[in-house]
Amino acid sequence: MTRELKLNGETISTKAQDGTPLLWVIRDELKMTGTKFGCGVASCGACTVHIDGQPTRSCQTFIEDVEGVEITTIEAMRDDKIGAAVQQAWTELDVVQCGYCQSGQIMSAVGLLAENKKPTADEIDEYMWGNACRCATYQRIRAGVQRAAEILEA
Amino acid sequence: MTLTTSRRRFLQGVAASTVLLVGMRANGVLAAASETTDINPFVRIDATGRVTAIVKHFEMGQGPTTGLTTLIAEELGVTMDQIDFDFAPSNPQVYNNLLFGTFQGTGGSTAMANSFAQYRNAGAAAREMLIAAAASDWGVDATTLDIVDGMVTGGGKTAPIADFVASAVTQDVPAEPRLRKPDEWRLIGKEGRVKRKDTPAKIDGSGIFAMDLHLENQLVVMIAHAPRMGAIVKSFDDSGAKDMPGFEMAKTLPDNSGVAVFADTTWNAMQARDAITVEWDDTNAEMRSSDTIRAELMSAVETGDATYQTRGVQAETASAMESAAKVIDKTFYFPLLAHAPMEPLTCTIEPIADGGVILHDGAQFPTFGHMTLTQVLGLPMEKVQVKTVLAGGSFGRRANPTADYNLECAMAFALTDRSRPVKLVWSREDDIRGGYYRPAFAHRVRVGLDDAGQIIGWDHRIAGQSIMKGTAMEPMAVHDGVDHSSIEGVADTVYAVPGMSVGLTDHAKATSVLWWRSVGHTHTAFVMESMIDMIASETDTDPMELRLSMLPGETPEQKRMAGVLNKLAELSNWKAGAPDGQSRGLAVHHSFGSYVAEAVDVSGGGDQAVKIEKVFCAVDCGIAVNPDVIRAQMEGGIGYGIGHVMRDQITLTDGEVDQTNFPDYEPLRISDIGTIEVAIVASADAPTGVGEPGTPPSGPALANAIARAGGPRVTMLPMIDEVEFA
Repeated sequence: MTRELKLNGETISTKAQDGTPLLWVIRDELKMTGTKFGCGVASCGACTVHIDGQPTRSCQTFIEDVEGVEITTIEAMRDDKIGAAVQQAWTELDVVQCGYCQSGQIMSAVGLLAENKKPTADEIDEYMWGNACRCATYQRIRAGVQRAAEILEA
Repeated sequence: MTLTTSRRRFLQGVAASTVLLVGMRANGVLAAASETTDINPFVRIDATGRVTAIVKHFEMGQGPTTGLTTLIAEELGVTMDQIDFDFAPSNPQVYNNLLFGTFQGTGGSTAMANSFAQYRNAGAAAREMLIAAAASDWGVDATTLDIVDGMVTGGGKTAPIADFVASAVTQDVPAEPRLRKPDEWRLIGKEGRVKRKDTPAKIDGSGIFAMDLHLENQLVVMIAHAPRMGAIVKSFDDSGAKDMPGFEMAKTLPDNSGVAVFADTTWNAMQARDAITVEWDDTNAEMRSSDTIRAELMSAVETGDATYQTRGVQAETASAMESAAKVIDKTFYFPLLAHAPMEPLTCTIEPIADGGVILHDGAQFPTFGHMTLTQVLGLPMEKVQVKTVLAGGSFGRRANPTADYNLECAMAFALTDRSRPVKLVWSREDDIRGGYYRPAFAHRVRVGLDDAGQIIGWDHRIAGQSIMKGTAMEPMAVHDGVDHSSIEGVADTVYAVPGMSVGLTDHAKATSVLWWRSVGHTHTAFVMESMIDMIASETDTDPMELRLSMLPGETPEQKRMAGVLNKLAELSNWKAGAPDGQSRGLAVHHSFGSYVAEAVDVSGGGDQAVKIEKVFCAVDCGIAVNPDVIRAQMEGGIGYGIGHVMRDQITLTDGEVDQTNFPDYEPLRISDIGTIEVAIVASADAPTGVGEPGTPPSGPALANAIARAGGPRVTMLPMIDEVEFA
């Protein structure tokens, strides 16, 4: 069967079967590869997308559960006010190393700043806990979220 | 013939699309050309003046796409915004790592160390050729001209380099171009002038990693791997996969190491692989448990003689220690560790029209991948190309003398009719359970102290599985039977240690092992720096003072090691100590040519959970080409080291790996570690490594902090068996 998804403001159709993780529809079918595969068990956060604005692990989100909801990926962040601020902060601080987890980090950071305009270091740690970075760029991520908050406040 | 007529004739002969390429010929001589046919360039300048650095090292986050680009930009005289980067193709004659011989590859923290002169020379040659062209055109002396921010400038004139690209191609290539002096540098070592070149593509989803390749009509292959190392396929049943969507076929790999499962997409390949059952032949499989391996290693350091005496004479040390007033006797254990780079292993082999193939890979050792494909596919070297893309971390895993995942992909490709690209994908479970671990090691150290607390003997025994033996790296790394990587950081310690003897016993192969960020230093630094802290406690000496006293400055190495300790003392306000309620641990180590001292401040300890509040780091890595990249590598190296000593290990039960994925091989999390502050020692020495040297001191600095906080003295890793972390 064909389903329609709302992704980055557009309507997309997919023939993926029930039980297919959203991650693989985005990556393999739509060929949008900014959303990464890291663990497949919602334990690293590399696959984080927004579902109705909420950071969600797309590797454990199934296609039958996301009809009619707004799905947003890293590719749409440049046009998002908070997303653009986070990207600017990430650029200023050169947060990335290998970069493979950073799409997911940014999607989580945007989710945090959407609900908390000025998070403390502890609040950032608590919210971003599930986004692993094997390069351990954590202190720059923490600083990047706070810098993005400043950019948004200005 | 004048230069002008030469240039005119040249201009008549070529199209406007002329590019200036400067690089090396196979004999190592600087050369320039307008086409890539006879040289392999390090710098390319197109007719519009756009500059591209051709980077011979892969990018796993450690920064060469920024660093080597900086060298070209500096010498050429362009801004970082006027230069792009491209990854070099596979060509071990031209793009070899100068420290590895005729071999192209990244490892041992050598990217900047081996490229510093080479890339500056290429940039400087390009500058001199552009200037010669401008001097000729303007009728001025070339020595009056320079290139600044992409403009040829001097003698009252200025023009963009684009104006001289075509005529520069006809200029003689300078044999020894003048390198800019340090006081002329505008980029090298300058704070705030250089941003990472790979940031933009890594924050908007556009950067392409090997996992992101989707070539038209590609097959995805996943391998059903043996649960035990050394097992082979007896038979398999794919009836459960036959009707699954996208399933194409399943075949046993030619070496019987696994079953290759082909499908149209990654998800379908994963599903199909799960539906296939394999019966394994364990005749030659490793059946031991890690508890057995551990007991064997412990026994090797505690009883009998070492196989190799790598420093000193054990009997002399033993004799010296007979008069000791006190002996500190400690045994250490380091478990197997997986690398677990964020991007699981993957590569793609693409057939092309000439009958050859392209290997698309985050290629750390392109030469081994290249050679492996020629062997498996029966192709000559020139029919195999390696296209390097971004790598999602490595920590050593993608640099493998067996080129294991390239080999798997080649074997799988050879099982097809070779008409379609084949993309090999590993899952995280494949990665965690897939071998090539940091080997398990045991140490036993007995240090004898006299009445005055002075060291009079240091008897050090090490046992573990050699990383290098039996691999193509053996001739380079093993001498008189000793794999130097098993003892580095102990037998060659920078400290002045009286009466030291070091024995090594190789452990029989237990599983496949591989270098892991900082190689032998992962365990040797932990042991050395823990022992020294125990000596400091025993003798009631300040740990900083004790270390400085063991570095009397008799060698340049001792001076530099003392230098980072002094820098750390200043940065951390050592004399004042940790903030109230916190405890501070110290460690310092020399590795990959660099010196790093670290102090870790923890809260808790004793009855309370331990929390890492702050880390200080001082590094001497010679000339600091990109200070912020160096800081980032120290931050990352510290996090990588600390995360693993805290709670990670790979264990085996009857030969099967117990861990499966991140939930039971838990990565360091953001909440685990506070701020890391890094100071770089100013230096005019040649650049040395930064990717690995931050890791070795981090574990022992944490162990020392925990001990000083009233917690246990941890010598058996991971710490989590004895320490509760907040």
